[in-house]
Amino acid sequence: MIGYLLRRLLAMAVTLLVICALTFAIFYLLPSDPAAQFCGKDCSAERIELVRQQLGLNDPLVVQFGRYVVGIFAGQTLGSGPYAVRCDFPCFGYSFQSAQPVWDLMMDRLPTSASLAVGAAVLWLLLGVSAGVLAALRRGTWVDRTVMVTTIGLSALPVYFIAMILLYLVVTVTGLLPYPRYIAFGEDPGGWLANLIMPWTTLAVMYAALYARMTRNSVIETLAEPYVRTARAKGLPERRVVGKHGLRPALTPVATMLGMDLGGLLAGALITESLFSLPGVGKLFADSLNKADQPVIMGITLLASFFIVSSNLVVDLVYAWIDPRARLA
Amino acid sequence: MTAPLATAPAGGAGAADPATDSAAPASPWALALSRLRRQKAAMTGLAIIVFFVLAALLAPVLTAISGKGPDDLDKKAVNTYLGGLPRGSLGGISPQHWLGVEPLLGRDIFARLLYGAQISLLVAFSSALLITLIGTLLGVTAGYFGGRTDAVISRFMDVMMSFPSLIFMIALLSVARDVNRLLLLIGVLSLFGWPYIARVIRGQTLSLRHREYVEAARACGTSSGRILLTEILPNLTGTIIVYVTLAIPGLIGAEAALTYLGVGIRPPTPSWGQMIADSVLYYKVDPMFFVLPSACLFLVVLAFTLLGDALRDALDPKGSRT
Repeated sequence: MIGYLLRRLLAMAVTLLVICALTFAIFYLLPSDPAAQFCGKDCSAERIELVRQQLGLNDPLVVQFGRYVVGIFAGQTLGSGPYAVRCDFPCFGYSFQSAQPVWDLMMDRLPTSASLAVGAAVLWLLLGVSAGVLAALRRGTWVDRTVMVTTIGLSALPVYFIAMILLYLVVTVTGLLPYPRYIAFGEDPGGWLANLIMPWTTLAVMYAALYARMTRNSVIETLAEPYVRTARAKGLPERRVVGKHGLRPALTPVATMLGMDLGGLLAGALITESLFSLPGVGKLFADSLNKADQPVIMGITLLASFFIVSSNLVVDLVYAWIDPRARLA
Repeated sequence: MTAPLATAPAGGAGAADPATDSAAPASPWALALSRLRRQKAAMTGLAIIVFFVLAALLAPVLTAISGKGPDDLDKKAVNTYLGGLPRGSLGGISPQHWLGVEPLLGRDIFARLLYGAQISLLVAFSSALLITLIGTLLGVTAGYFGGRTDAVISRFMDVMMSFPSLIFMIALLSVARDVNRLLLLIGVLSLFGWPYIARVIRGQTLSLRHREYVEAARACGTSSGRILLTEILPNLTGTIIVYVTLAIPGLIGAEAALTYLGVGIRPPTPSWGQMIADSVLYYKVDPMFFVLPSACLFLVVLAFTLLGDALRDALDPKGSRT
């Protein structure tokens, strides 16, 4: 197990390094000059050249990349003289546009994205898994058909539509809730909840549909296993057959999917956050895109990769822990 | 799905099953087609797809009939005193503007939806084609040759799939500012789309390569290339069709999302994602503006999902067993 873990951690580090290198290459090979951006609109060619030198942009790509990677762990000082800025561990670059290290910018926004992702996940698990189990147990009946038709319809709904129809109906027409703005949980739990209900619902509708379909398939498949037949033949009550022998193994794929989806969402639900103007990592990303603030775009790309790669690892480990059959992967 | 699955025969991947219930011999394709025809959901999906493809192809004709092009401004249709809101109810639906107008500029929504369908479908179909080509090529190579080739390709697929693809696509699109957006979009979508189909194809090829008829062909001294083309590939066609159909809704959604975020198709080229992005500002006062492009997106995505699910039931009985 320890050997497996070490191997996986090494593979994860390599994957992240590859992603880091690719991201770096894309940003620094393509025609857009960070020095010109740092310098501003009307900047003389000489001045840009000076900035280039100070930022070390004239060094070979490999040197710059090495400096970036080392900087992540050791921190680095960007520029020199009066313009120098210090960026401490973990240094994912420095946003000259907002005069802040990228890491601080991202960490400011992370609680919002985490609130959004976790709350939505609770909601979609409740809705999706129960609908899926229900459909599987009532397979072929009108319950099953209703669940299936609804989930197909919901999963095809564009997220913009869900968000805007919610805003239109709840905020504009009925006025049940105010237009959402993020309130930290510690500040006002009630306000936190009221303001996140709509974003949660938006995400949850989309994911619940997928989870319901997957849960249904998984439960149907598990209930067809020989050991379930054995359990029934032993004369166990149906409730126990389903609860004990059916659901537990059937829900492991759901746990896998949950891990991956949460990993993806932690780094920001781009569109949902933009639509509800929630100041999460996704919104930061979208805003940085509009401002062409490249250090931030790059930092978030890496953060997102980190979440996805590590959630893959966590999922595999949890899986091996739940299901002994998967331990020798 | 709602389809009656019990009728699916075993070993459908190309093994020429004679029809079990009818006397006339039928090819696997004919069987699959007849199974498909019986499914209402699949036929509905197909009808919607045909409708949108025709609408996109006939966009110039249809806009000539309606009399309004996608870029024609109509200041008379909007009320400049009310922040450029469309005059009339339901977003300005009128005999001149069949589906209303955009606020502010007064461009005709019907025309823009039609031309938007062109972009949406063009991007989705082209990237689906590229994904199929790359995915099949690499998947078959990995599965058939195995060993080190397989290890390298599989590892590559793993890395590609652990990318935060949406974020990475955006990063990629945002730095390349002055290239043909359409081509770049298709390229980027394909770049991150192929591993999913390649993985499935690889798995299928792995199981096919030890079948007796492949062994027989190899024993006869047939070259690898010929075996791949005549023995393996024809048996993968069903799987490929299914996965491409199921990939298209994802591609359409991704194109709209990227354009919505401002890194996809640039204005003034009309596209659905663009329209939705514009409509966000007006959701309170002009809900029709976001309802119409969203509805188009919904219908097309739904149609491909329905058709794809049904195709999977019909062509790939193993995949639909559950």
